[in-house]
Amino acid sequence: MAGLEKILLQHPFFRGLETRLGALVAGCCRNVLFEAGGYLLREGAAAQEFYLVRQGSVALEVSAPGRPAIVFLTLGKDEIVGASWLAPPYRWTCDARAVNPVHALGIDAQCLRNKCEADHDLGYELLKRCQSMLIRRLHATRLQLLDVYGGASP
Amino acid sequence: MSAVLRDDPFVPQLYRVTRRTPEGADTVTLELVPVSLDPPAVSAPPAVPAPEAFLVPSEFSTPATAPAVLSFQPGQFNMLYAFGVGEIAVSLSGDPADRTRIVHTVRAVGAVSSAIVAMDARAIMGIRGPYGTPWPVDEARGRDVVFVAGGLGLAPLRPAIYHVLTHRDLYGKVAILVGMRNPAEILYRPLLEQWRARLDVALEVTVDRSDPTWHGHVGVVPSLVSRVDFDAANAIAMVCGPEIMMRFTVNALSDAGMPPERVYLSMERNMKCAIGLCGHCQFGPSFVCKDGPVMSVRRIGSLLAVREV
Amino acid sequence: MNPGSDPKWIVGTEQLQAALDLLASRGYQVLGPTVRDGAIVYDSISSLEELPRGWTDRQEAGTYRLEKRRDGAYFGYAVGPQSWKRFLHPPLERLWQMRRDGDNLSIEQSPIATKFAFLGVRACELHALSIQDKVYLGGPYRDTSYQRRREDNFIVAVNCGEPGGTCFCVSMGTGPRADRGFDLALTELSGEPHQFLLQAGSAAGSEVLSQLSCRPATAAEIEAADAIVANTADRMGRTLDTNGIRELLQSNLEHPRWDEVAQRCLSCTNCTMVCPTCFCTTVEDHTDLSNQVAIRERKWDSCFTLDFSYLHGGSVRKQTRSRYRQWLTHKLANWIDQFGTSGCVGCGRCITWCPVGIDITAEVAAIRATPATSQESGHGGA
Repeated sequence: MAGLEKILLQHPFFRGLETRLGALVAGCCRNVLFEAGGYLLREGAAAQEFYLVRQGSVALEVSAPGRPAIVFLTLGKDEIVGASWLAPPYRWTCDARAVNPVHALGIDAQCLRNKCEADHDLGYELLKRCQSMLIRRLHATRLQLLDVYGGASP
Repeated sequence: MSAVLRDDPFVPQLYRVTRRTPEGADTVTLELVPVSLDPPAVSAPPAVPAPEAFLVPSEFSTPATAPAVLSFQPGQFNMLYAFGVGEIAVSLSGDPADRTRIVHTVRAVGAVSSAIVAMDARAIMGIRGPYGTPWPVDEARGRDVVFVAGGLGLAPLRPAIYHVLTHRDLYGKVAILVGMRNPAEILYRPLLEQWRARLDVALEVTVDRSDPTWHGHVGVVPSLVSRVDFDAANAIAMVCGPEIMMRFTVNALSDAGMPPERVYLSMERNMKCAIGLCGHCQFGPSFVCKDGPVMSVRRIGSLLAVREV
Repeated sequence: MNPGSDPKWIVGTEQLQAALDLLASRGYQVLGPTVRDGAIVYDSISSLEELPRGWTDRQEAGTYRLEKRRDGAYFGYAVGPQSWKRFLHPPLERLWQMRRDGDNLSIEQSPIATKFAFLGVRACELHALSIQDKVYLGGPYRDTSYQRRREDNFIVAVNCGEPGGTCFCVSMGTGPRADRGFDLALTELSGEPHQFLLQAGSAAGSEVLSQLSCRPATAAEIEAADAIVANTADRMGRTLDTNGIRELLQSNLEHPRWDEVAQRCLSCTNCTMVCPTCFCTTVEDHTDLSNQVAIRERKWDSCFTLDFSYLHGGSVRKQTRSRYRQWLTHKLANWIDQFGTSGCVGCGRCITWCPVGIDITAEVAAIRATPATSQESGHGGA
């Protein structure tokens, strides 16, 4: 466990987290490896475990009948894969596929949510970090939506 | 009719298209040479007698002699004239070390650009230039260099990239970050693949919108900034693309620790004369044609956030 | 040449006329003020009698009227709607003509008129000329036709005896005394017969002066002339506080006053047309019906038009608010960064000729009274 805790606290997402809280998180944490082509998340499935990518590239995609899946975002090292564990109904809304072998820290969502309820300091530290990541993601998504490279757009 | 004043900056030089390469999405790359250097089929322009001697007001020195026709600095632009239709400002897009031709990549978005995009090989156009401030390739010597290009913004950056790669050992780490609309509209794709194959350059391409053929990054180009390795304490960034993309990229570079004086953008505004006399291209106190188009965020950063300036 | 200590002379109307005749005989097109359509405009004149003798002007925001004077002063008025820029940098000028003959393209230019003598140039206008010189001649590229016209220019300045109702040259440091940039300068003295205190400001001016029969001015006459100019300086119609004006305007780009003035401004472009330093132009390319001949013309333009800032299918400055802000901030603030001086010479034309009477001195004062303490941020994090 100690090794995992160290990896966790060194991960940029948890930078600055005090050791006591890091230990709490580590208790919900495991090392995981996805083969290329393997799925980290599946649309509609319960959001049981989310991931901090340590190495590799993950494609977020949605599938539709009769056509190949459409990738709308790729995430890499140091990114968080999975946000729907934060709010009910705790179900994934897209697929996340490992483009190449992906080493990640898997975090049990229920375990972490329970610990956050019990320790609000942990809850606040985690939410601050998640919020920051989500806001960045939102801004990037807006830029993507604007389709700025289109023919006559500014 | 008298002959043309030799030093009149409103008079274009005549150039002939020697090659036309479609780039997809209403975009072409044209290679051009001066008509006077391109023999058969064209008679020489009329001989110009020596200009009349006249007094120059003493406070103003005579301007430097007209720049050599085929040399330019990366980041500069020309005014391209389609006979009877009009002129537009287009960045030079070729290798500055190649003095045998002028290269321009043009997208058809209006009357003049459409006329230019429709030109085939042997067509003649008028060119005035080169004008404007260059990318800071000299200031970047000894430093890490980060190029961030969005869409057609890769065209004005290409000469600077050529220059840095030609003089690779003068620079530190080199990162080229490219954002395109979708995989089918990746500008200069074969060239990007060539650069990517180099071992001394980090090149990442991302698309806003993907398709089944694409297995690379999907997402906006500012997101690539945190994925690439450079020393923010000494690097220089050169950014070019739609203004919205440049604003978001400036934020991402700032988040990564880049100070505004080492981040450079290429700005665009309405241009008529391109020589600082008509007033159209003003962006705050700066004339994009002579104080730009390449300007540091330190100079213009506060104006980027002001609407309709 | 030192206007303070250079010799001063007295001439009467006959000798002044002789000077005009001399200039005309040397090939100058002599231009001066004259009355037309209820205003004092600049046009070709050959006789002093064509000047607005016995007229004065009543100017206020949005108002211009001519009135008769009791004396028959030749120069008893301020400035009208035109400035000398219409001759040195004409509203429409053909830059070149291109002829297509199969694969051949050839370019030609027509000769232009360049020899102008201006009679009645005011101190503010001398500064305006100097400002335009910096714009057209001081950059990396010169306006060659403007250059030739300025080189051939002969200037007879007039020290103002009558300030305009909207004048503020004193605030801008541009008058009412003509102190440089002229070949000859005169002050009209009061009393009968009409006499003018004359001095040279250049070698060319001295040469013309030497062709006139004039007598040296007495100390009393010099004092009288000085008193006239001082009296004009005391009766300015407006003032403009220029302290820190560059920083004031550049750091108040989101001031609510811009919205307020935009409700009055018609973006009619009058102010830019009458302003002696506004220099914006557009370049237009045309062909004839056969598509064998193309011409390029340069025309006066105005930053108040919607098209002025056209880019990528729309205008950068869509709102009147943004265009008014652009004009005023350029004129009074950005100009200092660009050219080292203010772009405004305090002539008051923009105030007089604005159909809704917008007064730039009042606009600046309003912003100065309530400068913004915080800037609206463009990077909202919603």
